[in-house]
Amino acid sequence: MCWKESGSTACNPSLKTIMIQNENKTTNIWDRDNECMSRDGLETLQLERLQQTLKRVNEHVPCYQNKFSALGLSVADVQSLEDLRKLPFTTKEDLRLNYPYGMFAVPMRDVVRIHSSSGTTGKPTVVGYTRNDLKIWTQLAARFMTAAGVTPDDIVHIAFGYGLFTGAFGLHYGAEEIGASVIPISSGNTDKQIMIMQDYQSSALVCTPSYAMTLADRMEKQGIDPHRLSLKVGLFGGEPWSEEMRREIEQRLGIIATDNYGLSEVMGPGVAGECQHQCGMHIFEDHFIAEIIDPETGEVLPRGSIGELVLTSITKEAFPIIRYRTRDITRLDYEPCACGRTHVRMMKTMGRSDDMLIIKGVNVFPTQIEEVLFQVEGCEPHYQLVVERDGTMDTLEVQVEVNERIFFDEMKKQRAFVNMLEKRLLSILGVGARVKLVEPSSITRHEGKAKRVIDKRNS
Amino acid sequence: MATNTLKMGIATPSVNVLITSFYHSILGETMKVEQISIFIENKSGRLAEVTQALGDSGINIRALSLADTSDFGILRLIVDKTDQAKQSLKERGFTVNKTEVVAVEVPDCPAGLAGILKVLDAGNVNVEYMYAFVERCGGNAVIIFRFDDPEAAIKVLTENNIHVLEGERVYGM
Ligand SMILES: [Zn+2]
Repeated sequence: MCWKESGSTACNPSLKTIMIQNENKTTNIWDRDNECMSRDGLETLQLERLQQTLKRVNEHVPCYQNKFSALGLSVADVQSLEDLRKLPFTTKEDLRLNYPYGMFAVPMRDVVRIHSSSGTTGKPTVVGYTRNDLKIWTQLAARFMTAAGVTPDDIVHIAFGYGLFTGAFGLHYGAEEIGASVIPISSGNTDKQIMIMQDYQSSALVCTPSYAMTLADRMEKQGIDPHRLSLKVGLFGGEPWSEEMRREIEQRLGIIATDNYGLSEVMGPGVAGECQHQCGMHIFEDHFIAEIIDPETGEVLPRGSIGELVLTSITKEAFPIIRYRTRDITRLDYEPCACGRTHVRMMKTMGRSDDMLIIKGVNVFPTQIEEVLFQVEGCEPHYQLVVERDGTMDTLEVQVEVNERIFFDEMKKQRAFVNMLEKRLLSILGVGARVKLVEPSSITRHEGKAKRVIDKRNS
Repeated sequence: MATNTLKMGIATPSVNVLITSFYHSILGETMKVEQISIFIENKSGRLAEVTQALGDSGINIRALSLADTSDFGILRLIVDKTDQAKQSLKERGFTVNKTEVVAVEVPDCPAGLAGILKVLDAGNVNVEYMYAFVERCGGNAVIIFRFDDPEAAIKVLTENNIHVLEGERVYGM
C-alpha cells in the first residue's frame, strides 16, 4: 500500500537541481525519470496504479462500493485506460454526503494531515493525507516550482493563507524540498508584505494573481518601483486568471508569472504546473489521470475538445478520488512539449461548467466574453449577458457599461467600437452576440458583485 | 505659411519659421474651444437629468448637439465652465469626455458655409462633425467644428482670412 516515488526522493534534491541546471540551464526539470517518461511507459504505469486504486476504494470506501455495485461493475472490468469511462463520476455532492471522513480509504490513525475546502453552500469538504501522501505532494509541488524556475538560491515569499486551505502548505513544503528559503508570511497586511519583500529580498512570490495586482497597486501608491526589488518569478494559483492579467502582472512587477493548478479534493497545488514555455500546465500524469467530458452529457470528448476536466488520483492513500468532476472547463494538449516533459498540458481554465450557457447549441462561458472585454477595455469590465428566445431562436445580448476609455465623442468611432466588439465575440464564441452599451452603474450589483447572466428563456 | 511671413514682415527665414510656429502654438491654444461629450442611454428623462445637473451647478449651456442611435446617444455641449460641468456630471454617474473643437464665424450669406468647407477641403482638413451655435456673432452665424487635426484646421482657416473665435469669447457669448 505504498507508492514509492522512483528516482527523485532518494538523492539529495538540491544537488540534483544543480546538476540538472548544469546539464541544461533552461530545462528546470525536477524529476526527469517520471516527467519525461515515454507515453507507453506512462500509460502502463497509469493502468497499474489505477487498478490498485480501484481495488482499494472498492474495499474501503462504501460510497464507491455502492456506486460500482449499482452499475453492476467489478473492479476487474477495468482492463485498459479506455475502461475508465465505464466508471461513475464523483461529484462535490458525493463529498458533502460523506462529510467529514466518509470518503477516507485508510483508518484515521494513518492520517497525518487534514485540509478542507469551503463550499459555497452547506458543509465544506474534508480531505486527509497519509505520510506517504504528503511525501508525494511535496515532490509534485517541487516539480512545478522547479519548472517555474525556483532554485535553492531563491527566497520564496508565501502569501497564501496558512490554514485549512491547501495552497500555502503545498508550496511551502515544495520550496523547502527544492532547498529554497521559505518566508511563511501568510496572507494579509499588504504594507508588511512589501516591507518584507524589500528587506528580506524575496525572489519568488506565491499568491493569487489578484493579490499580485493588489501588491503592484500598493507599491505604485507608495512610490516603490517593483523592478528594483529582488522578485524574479511569481507562482500564481487559487483562482482563474487570463493571459492579459499575466502580461499585466509581468510588466508591473517585472517578473515571470507562472500558472499552476490544483484542487484540495484531488490533492492541492501540484496537480499541474507550467514549464518555462508557458503553453499550458503539465498534468502530473504518473499520479493523476485526466479526461475531458461534455458537462451536459458526461460523455468523454475526443482529444483536443474543450470541456470539463475530470481527474482520477492513482497514488493517493488517504483520500483517493475516482473521476472527480472538477467543474473547470479547459482543453488538453497531448502534443510533445519543447521542454521535454511528456505529460499532457491543460490550458488555462476558461470558466466553471456551472456557468456554461448553451446558445444556439454552442457552449458559451461568461469568462470568454470577459476576456474579450478585458482585451479591448484594458481594465476589468462591467458587463451582463442577457439570453432570450425569439421564437425558436436564442439571442445573446452583451450589455457593457461604458467608461471613459471606450467612449468617444464621434458617433462613427463609437459605432466602429461596437462593431469591433461584436466581431471579436463572434470569432471567440462561435455564436453571434449583440453588444449594447449602457451607462455606468446601470447593471445591478449584489454585494458589489454583478449578476453576470440573465437567462430569460425558461421564464 | 507665406501669408503669415508677409504679414509679420520679418526678413531672415530661420527666425521666420521660429516665430511663425510660436505664433501658431499660441494661436492654437487660445483659438480652440473645449467641448464635453456625455454618453446617454436612450431612455426617457436622461437628457433632462443632464440639463438639471448643469442648472443646479449654475452652468450655462452655450451650444448643444445630440447624435443618437436606437440604444444610446452622444450629447456634446459647450458650456461657460467646462471643468466644473464635467465634474458635476461625473459625480452624478455620467461618462464624460473633454475634446477640443473650433468655433468658426460663418458669413450670413448664400454659400457662406460652402465656402468654408471648400477651404478646409483644399487644405486637406477632415471635418468629423459640426453643429450650429445658438448665438450669433456680429450678424454672422457660428458653427462648431470637430476636426481630426484642430491645429491644422485653424492654420488653414486663418490663412484664408476666415474668422475663428477664441475660446474665451465663445464661453462668454
Ligand atoms: Zn513543457
